[in-house]
Amino acid sequence: MRLRLFALAACAALVGNTAAAQTTLRIGINEDPDALDPVANRLASGRQPLTAICDKLFDVSTDLELVPQLAKGYEIAPDGMSVTVNLRPDVMFHDGEPLNAEAVQFTIDRNMNTPGSLRRSELAAVDHVEVVDPLTVRIVLDQPQGYLLMVNLAERSGMIVSPKSASELGDRFGTQPVCAGPYRFVERVPQGRIVVERFADYWDKSLTGVDRIEYLPITDSTVRLSSLQSGELHIAERLTPTDVPQLEGDSNVQVVSTPDLGYHFIRYNISNGPASEALGNDVRLRRAIDLSIDRQVMMQALFNDQYTAGNQFVNPSSPYYDTGHPVPKRDVEAARALLQEAGQPDLTFTVLVPAERERQEAAQMIQAMLAESGITMNIETQDNATMLQNARRGEFQAVFSFWSGRAHPDGNVFAHYSCDGPQNDSRYCNPELDKILVQAREAVDESERQTLYQQANALLAEDLPTSILWHRRTFTGVSTRVEGFVPHPDSTIRVRGLHLE
Amino acid sequence: MRLLIFMSQRVGLAISTLVVLSAFAFMLQHLLPGDPVLAMAGDEADQQVLDDLRARYGLDQPVYVQYWRWLAAALGGDLGMSLRNSMSVVDLLLPKLVITLQLAIYSMTIALVIGLPLGVLAATRKETIVDTLASSFALSGISIPNFWLGILLVLAFSVHLRWFPASGYVSFSEDPYRSLMGFVLPSIVLGTGIAGVLMRHMRSAMLHSLSTDYIRTARAKGLSERRVVLRHALRNALVPVVTLGAIEFGQLLAGAVLTEQIFSIPGFGKLLVDGVLYRDYAVVQGLVLVSSVLFITVSLLADLLYFFINPRLRS
Repeated sequence: MRLRLFALAACAALVGNTAAAQTTLRIGINEDPDALDPVANRLASGRQPLTAICDKLFDVSTDLELVPQLAKGYEIAPDGMSVTVNLRPDVMFHDGEPLNAEAVQFTIDRNMNTPGSLRRSELAAVDHVEVVDPLTVRIVLDQPQGYLLMVNLAERSGMIVSPKSASELGDRFGTQPVCAGPYRFVERVPQGRIVVERFADYWDKSLTGVDRIEYLPITDSTVRLSSLQSGELHIAERLTPTDVPQLEGDSNVQVVSTPDLGYHFIRYNISNGPASEALGNDVRLRRAIDLSIDRQVMMQALFNDQYTAGNQFVNPSSPYYDTGHPVPKRDVEAARALLQEAGQPDLTFTVLVPAERERQEAAQMIQAMLAESGITMNIETQDNATMLQNARRGEFQAVFSFWSGRAHPDGNVFAHYSCDGPQNDSRYCNPELDKILVQAREAVDESERQTLYQQANALLAEDLPTSILWHRRTFTGVSTRVEGFVPHPDSTIRVRGLHLE
Repeated sequence: MRLLIFMSQRVGLAISTLVVLSAFAFMLQHLLPGDPVLAMAGDEADQQVLDDLRARYGLDQPVYVQYWRWLAAALGGDLGMSLRNSMSVVDLLLPKLVITLQLAIYSMTIALVIGLPLGVLAATRKETIVDTLASSFALSGISIPNFWLGILLVLAFSVHLRWFPASGYVSFSEDPYRSLMGFVLPSIVLGTGIAGVLMRHMRSAMLHSLSTDYIRTARAKGLSERRVVLRHALRNALVPVVTLGAIEFGQLLAGAVLTEQIFSIPGFGKLLVDGVLYRDYAVVQGLVLVSSVLFITVSLLADLLYFFINPRLRS
């Protein structure tokens, strides 16, 4: 017994010593990330550690402006068919290799040509990359979409990887990523933690911050919350609106929130197989469903009014929002009239909903609202993998989906609504919309882009292939010991310059 | 010799069980709806990407070909690669094995230290307040759901009192103190449940044992009550409890899913849940195999113990 006490005391002394020597920031993330390789990463949780490990050519500021990171600047050619990017000098990868034009060329080629690359669609406009000189690359395009490409290079596509390490590790690169970010990968215990430490040769010498960061996947938001309150975590991402009141009396924790770029929506099957006959042929049926939903009441009852009711692929406060189609008010009479007109006064359909609290509760509420218009909505709960497969195959009448959102509106609309969009499980197709979306991709001028996306929103409000319902806010719990935390609309925690008291 | 025959029968049965089980698990997974490649590539997936990934992981082959390939590789110690995070399944499982073993050993220790003495006490003080209290404890241990007890303990001891961490895992080699502290609450949650089961079985085995003729003989010979209980009755009563304890321990190894979820302990249970949700075939398959091997090994050891405890098997 005495021996054990002695051992414990010795360990405690040891802990005390190491804690003083190093600052470790612990961040609770909402799920265990997938591969930590920019080419293969899909989950938002993986973006958290990747953002610390891999700098990008550009970043997006909190007001969604493009800001240089590894690139100093860019220039789009007058004909729009190429972009020249100048790189920052004296940048080093974590393996000691220099970051130069060849590394950028290697990375973009890798993103375009790796079998199964999840970055290929973001780089669809790229034909090839030329090295002009050690610090200049020219990206040659086959469609004049230079600006959109730069925004995509402010995402995972623009995370520059070390050619030496990527070649050596091959498809195991994701188990040991080597980039040029402020933190170096140390270790990963799957589902346990991901550890990174400060990179001594980081290009930005003025940068200060904590010595080590541990990312801890904790799936249950209640557990993330209690771990934050008990001091185990310093930052807990993605708390739910119902968690927030619990933190109000806690002087050690503050909640920071920011509007999220994504949206929740019900996707209707427009022409994807025989199941589309339920709702796909008559927009009046979809409009009746849409008019029966009271979005404001849902926001109050489900989310303490912390989320924003919406009806378009951008937030109502966005410059791309079409004000001609504001968030519809609930109108049961109009809904009934539409159903009568369409000859289906007792419409019945089934919606697929994942086994997840937020969407389950919302679906039940919508079910009750629709019943008042005479619509029977059956809820079929499926796990995410099954739901995705059924949506892809067209084995659905409606599906309750969620899109995480992108800084450039193209990322919120093109894949979902263009005729051949990879995410267009509705198989909705409107050539006029396609034309507008391509023009918007090619537009260099911001006001022109705004006009075009407003037009796209207006078209979608008329055709109603989906009922967009709300936009979340991202709630992050932050210990008062943390200094320098700035929330970001893309929900990714920027770790540069974070301090622990 | 008898032991040799006894054990070789058991080992032969174990190996054939493993083969059947792994084939069954493989087929069953492929019967689940949901496409692993779609679950993995989800948001970004165009058809070309999906096809590339399918080819890369051999998922474009018929199921029996896939199983055959898996079996051949598994015999060589290669359990394939996780679809989800590109790690080899062996690398994924080994650290989990250590974590799950730790949790199982701590929980079992708590269960034995509480359950067995309580069972003996309840039997020797039959129909007294001690018996009632012990039985109530056992009933609570069995009936209170682990997740609920877990949340309560976290609220009391982590959030309010701040004695123990609310979640997470630290390895013993890195920081023994923090590692042990992190295991206290989950081990209590799991341990009390098993303690209840052990206590009830111990009590009834003990009662049965105390009512037998040889105990009456021992008492008639004037042996002290303490000696009668501990030397004679307990030894016989332990025989069925050992088997039960082994089964309970085996179940712990197969993953204390909910408890691991609550405390974010990255053991087998959590890996299994994620593996199934993401249709990460290779991971689930590897888990089934390793859990089965563990369970069967523990059962073999229990049989062996049983063999030594129970003189009738040896004669």
